[in-house]
Amino acid sequence: MFIIPVANTLVYDESLCSGCRMCWLVCPHGVFVEGRIALLARPEACMECGACQRNCPTGAITVDSGVGCAGAMIRAALTGRKEATCG
Amino acid sequence: MNRIKLDCCSTGCSKTIKTKSPQRAEESPEETVDESNSPLIRPADHTITWADRLDHFRARWGVNRMGHRIDPGVYALGEPTSDSPVFVTANYTLSFDALRSSLAGYDAYLLVLDTKGINVWCAAGKGTFGTEELVRRVQETGLHRVVRHRALILPQLGAPGVSAHEVTRRTRFKVRYGPVYARDLPSFLRLGEATPEMRRVSFPLPDRLVLIPVELTNLLLPMSAAAALMLAAGGWTASAAALAAFLSGIVLFPALLPWLPTSYFSTKGFILGGLTSLPFIYPYLQGLFFARSLAPWWLPAGLTLATLLMMTPVVSFLALNFTGSTPFTSRSAVKFEIATFVPLMAKMLAAGVVLAVSLRLAVGLGAA
Repeated sequence: MFIIPVANTLVYDESLCSGCRMCWLVCPHGVFVEGRIALLARPEACMECGACQRNCPTGAITVDSGVGCAGAMIRAALTGRKEATCG
Repeated sequence: MNRIKLDCCSTGCSKTIKTKSPQRAEESPEETVDESNSPLIRPADHTITWADRLDHFRARWGVNRMGHRIDPGVYALGEPTSDSPVFVTANYTLSFDALRSSLAGYDAYLLVLDTKGINVWCAAGKGTFGTEELVRRVQETGLHRVVRHRALILPQLGAPGVSAHEVTRRTRFKVRYGPVYARDLPSFLRLGEATPEMRRVSFPLPDRLVLIPVELTNLLLPMSAAAALMLAAGGWTASAAALAAFLSGIVLFPALLPWLPTSYFSTKGFILGGLTSLPFIYPYLQGLFFARSLAPWWLPAGLTLATLLMMTPVVSFLALNFTGSTPFTSRSAVKFEIATFVPLMAKMLAAGVVLAVSLRLAVGLGAA
């Protein structure tokens, strides 16, 4: 549902996966699924929240995470701040 | 009872809370530190009172937006023992109340982090629902002495801010991610794990509609300004068109989101904007094709175009703005949409204004 067709920044190096299951436990969009090691099943559904990267103990996942919020990003651009945040 | 010092949230929080629930922060002198530090545990119950409902209503309408807070710390829900589970949540009343009401019939400890009155998901994105705050809160509350086990249950949507293995390394508490929605907690506790369905976020109609009031509040000023400006410049119809464009973007867009064609929020907004302008361009189209009017053809044609050019980018911009309210859009995608469509929206709006003004001048000068 609601997948915008734009490439995201999720990169998964499966050679580093220890099979700890955290990435697919934390992903709310089923981007990873369970396997002996984690399997990248729906990379296009990634919303770059960063949950998998932050909870991956072996550093197998990198993603340029941030809020996908146009309002915050436009505000950040207008006020000259680097990082867009909500509120 | 011995108490530990409270780490109070940022300025103003305790002054703005008006509800009477015992969990709500109230104006009170700072807790004093005693020599022996048995942890401070506040009581909480499962019931959502009318005062809570009023608080939720006010939060949904953006009344006292940042003031819907409870004190961070440990709460005893029901009559927990040292073996009861510990659930971690944000100090936003809607988050806290969703958690405690979902755990009806369960005894548990609730560990409330100081997220400055922001919900779990947004606070996790900001990092205030995060590793540092969780570690600090576990240590400050003396959670080691409250429970015998070493496990914390976190909402899954807190994961963008929390590094489970780092929390475990620093506190010895193991982090377990529960389901996305608090309402699934009873099933989670029964099954011992969150099923794949419980771990997926969805965005059904009620979840989208509940966001409308706060957007209405947020955009009341620009909406009123646009309506007033158009009233002065173009009369009642123009003012109604401005209002319709705003209300369409704020109310209809969230409601119709899954059914609007195309994949980009901006293009969905263009389509909805076109539909919204139909009642306003209909009289012009009728004049253009059917009426034997004395006015030259370019007047209704120009007015049709000007209406479309002014209304659609407003709806589209509001649609793009809604990306921030969804749990779906990535930063890459939103960045792309801003770069691709916002300049187009600006050009459309500018062209529409120029065209409308030109037509008005032409009519005034007697060309029509």
